[in-house]
Order: sequence, then C-alpha cells, then structure tokens
Amino acid sequence: MFPELNNLLNTSPDRAEQGKLTLLCAAETDGSFLVHHFLSFYLKANCKVCFVALIQSFSHYNIVGQKLGVSLTAARERGQLVFLEGLKSSVDVFFQAQEKTHPLHFLREANAGNLQPLYEFVQEALKPVDSGAAAWRCPVLLVDDLSVLLSLGVGAVAVLDFVHYCRATVCSELKVPRAAGSQPGPQGPGHAQAYVHHQSHLVLRAEGLATGFCKDVHGQLRILWRASQPTAQRGRSLTFQYKIQDKSVTFFAKGMSPAIL
Amino acid sequence: MLESLLALGGLVLLRDSVEWEGRSLLKVLIKKSALRGEQVHVLGCEVSEEEFREGFDPEINSRVVYHDFFRDPLNWSKTGEAFPAGPLAALRAVCRRTAPGPATIALDSLSWLLLHLPCTTLCQTLHTLSPQGSCPGASTPAEQVHVLGLLHEELHGPGPVGALSSLAQAEVTLGGTAGQASAHVLHRRPQQRPTNKVDPMAHLTFNLHLSEKEREARDSLTLPFQFSSEKQQALLHRRPGPASSHIFSEPDAYDDLDQEDPDDDLDI
Repeated sequence: MFPELNNLLNTSPDRAEQGKLTLLCAAETDGSFLVHHFLSFYLKANCKVCFVALIQSFSHYNIVGQKLGVSLTAARERGQLVFLEGLKSSVDVFFQAQEKTHPLHFLREANAGNLQPLYEFVQEALKPVDSGAAAWRCPVLLVDDLSVLLSLGVGAVAVLDFVHYCRATVCSELKVPRAAGSQPGPQGPGHAQAYVHHQSHLVLRAEGLATGFCKDVHGQLRILWRASQPTAQRGRSLTFQYKIQDKSVTFFAKGMSPAIL
Repeated sequence: MLESLLALGGLVLLRDSVEWEGRSLLKVLIKKSALRGEQVHVLGCEVSEEEFREGFDPEINSRVVYHDFFRDPLNWSKTGEAFPAGPLAALRAVCRRTAPGPATIALDSLSWLLLHLPCTTLCQTLHTLSPQGSCPGASTPAEQVHVLGLLHEELHGPGPVGALSSLAQAEVTLGGTAGQASAHVLHRRPQQRPTNKVDPMAHLTFNLHLSEKEREARDSLTLPFQFSSEKQQALLHRRPGPASSHIFSEPDAYDDLDQEDPDDDLDI
C-alpha cells in the first residue's frame, strides 16, 4: 500500500468503498505496482479478497506483499484471501483429468465459449459465510490481468460477460493493460478495454513517458473519476508523474521531479 | 434543447465516449419524460437498478419501470427468472407492454445489445418500437413512443453505428475540449409531403402553356429519329439502278481544272 496514492485518491483502508469498479491499465509501461497497491490496501482494510492471478506466481505476490507490509500466506491461512494461481492451475487443467467445474476449464475447450466456471469460482470464494461473515468488511475481486484471457483466445464478449457478472456480484479491481499491438476490429482487446472503461467508476492509467525512459521519472499516472461520483468529482482527471522505489512510490506534479528541480 | 429532442417520436440516439459519459444525459431525458406524465420503461443492461434510480425523486421513480437485465442476463446464476429467452425477448416484452398511450423506452445501453445480438436483428426490433413501424398512419402525439438509446460509440465499427443513426430521429453526440463538455445535436426531419402546393409555372416571363391547336400539331409531328413503317418500306425497296443519280458540276471562273491531274490542287 502506498500512502501517497491513497492521498491522491482521497481514500484510506478504513474508508474502502463498496460496489465500485476500478480499472487499472498500463500503456507502454509496467502497471503492476497498482495491483500490488490495491492487494495490500484491501488486505489491510480487512476485506475478503479473491485474487485471480494469471500473470505471476503466488510467491511473487507474496514477496512483494511482504515489502508492502502484508503477508499473503497468513491472509490465505486465515481465510481472508482466496488466491487462484493461474500459472499452476493451467498446468493441472492440461495434465490431469478435471471435472467441468475447474475455473480455467475454458483452456481445454476448442473454441473458448464462456467464462462461467471462472465466475462461479469467484462467486463461491466471495460468498458471505455465516460464521465469519462479520469478520470481513466487503468482498473484493482483483484480476491480474484481464488481457491474458484475451490472449488465451477467449472472445472479447465472453470476457465482458465475465466482468459484467463480477460487477453484478462484487465490486472489483481489474487490471487491463492495453495489449501492445492491439488488433483492429470490433473484437480486438482495445474494444474490450474501452467497454470496461465505460463501466468503471475510477480509472487509473499508468503510461510511459512520451519522451522515453528516464532514471528518475518512471512514468505518469492518469486518474479519472467517472460517473456516479459526487458532481464535484465527476469527470475530473488528474495526471501525476511517479517514481517507483524499493518499498514505495513517490508521486509529483508533471515536471516537478526532485531530480530535476 | 431537451424539449426539442423529445418533441418527435421515434429513436433518439445518445452517442457517448469514454471521456464523456452519456448516462447522466439519458437520466435527465428520462426525468423530463416522467415529468410530462409518461410511463418510462428502462431496459437496464449496464448498471444495477439502485445505481440507476439514484438521484431521481420518489415521484419520478414511481413512473420508471426498470426491467433488470443487469443482474443475470445470461442466466448464469440460474435464478431462472426475468428474461430466460435472451435480450431480444426482453426488448420485445418492453415493446409490447408500452402499447397503449404515450411512453418512453430507455435502452441502457445499445452497446450491450449490439455485443450480444446481430446488428440487423437489433435494428429491426428498434424499427418495430418506433411509431412508424408499429402503427402506420396513427402518429398522433397520444400514441407517440420515444425510444432513448445510449450508445458507446467507440466500441463499434462504422457499420453498426451508421445503421443505428439512420434509424434515429435525433442524435446527440457528446464530446468536449479541456473540461468543457459539449453536445452536438442532429435532427433528422421526418419526410413529409408539402401540404400547400406551389405552382412553379406561375409568374413566368415566357409562355410554357400550349393551346389545343399547338398541342395537335406537336402530336402529329414525326421526329426524324422515329422509325415508321413508311421509312421501313423506303429503306427496304430502294429504287434500282445506279444510273439514276447524276452529278451536276459547274466550274467556277477562277477554277484551274486540269483534266490530266484532277487532284493537282491537293498538293500531295
């Protein structure tokens, strides 16, 4: 969790909002620090978190989480975190006979039809449990990242249906880096991203610098508040530049990097 | 501006984009219709009922019928309620329910429907919703049906967007520059026959009219390119013999005609 980002978004772990869709996207840069931020943020906020990790292994997220002051292993043990490790389970799907209910069952289908099993997994993970329901504040779904599904051959409409259902059931965090060479045409990943963009309440967009790589400024972050916000905030957009450090990220106004001044 | 959008029946297309969302404008139009005492049917595919109804007065909320297509559109949750036959059946159901009296149908959003339905099917259904399609001739204001459709423009190719916009009576395209939102409104006038016919031949400086005699003369005239039986006979039965034609030539006073070389003057 990066306190500076919380300040920019005007939020804190004890004021975590419910029922909101946040879209994290990255263009020509690595936006994974945003995912790490929100993972640690919601674990600290005492929310029930379902994390669909399709890019990295559990140990990777665990190591980054420890740097940010949360232990994913402990969270998983006490039932706060449900972690779907896409890299490992995809191997299981291929080499072991599975029932139809495996969340990543679409990998075995010739023409990946829909993501209903994945949705059912999420729904099951975030279903309020009678015994410990009071312990967790609100359900949170994090997907890292959606464009992997598109790359695996799932149709854009199927991905959008999955997002739709997740939205109808839980508030969620989604990470959709724009594919570098996004295909043209209505089925390309760009369209899927634009559609999710339309649905989301808050969009965080990490972009590489137009002028190229820089040692002291790693990129810029655009924050866009969309509909269903108080009127003063609606449609507001802010841009900051950032530098990723070992355990934190510093944000500053455009062109105001301490290294330059 | 809002009155003029709702003045005509038929489809009003709201085209929005990622930066400039159009749902708030849709809600304002719904509010306007509800205040006029119309029943408003909302086919909601993109936001939950609570989120959609947020910001409406109780009086307006009572006039808004929300057809929830958001919670379980594909029957994944297996609740089995609402719309088992898919989005098209839902759209038809909304259409049927609004049969008598003025009504407004709000589609939130056309983009979702376009992603799940073929464009032609959607266009045909929209056409039956509009007053010209359902009851030809009866376009009294009492039977007008307003259809408000929200379309996320950049999600679709030019084909579907063009098809929908040709169905629309009015289009609002949202955009803006540097924090200043703007709406571009395009009205498509309904095709009407002029009621007072103006004679274009009145007040001319020349005569365009024909008298009876002139008309007869004109009708009896055979034009040179017209092919008649007389002409045909003339062509078929030529007078025989090449000797029937002669050339009469009278040399000019200055002509220097050389019998030996008649082509002398050509200077070859």
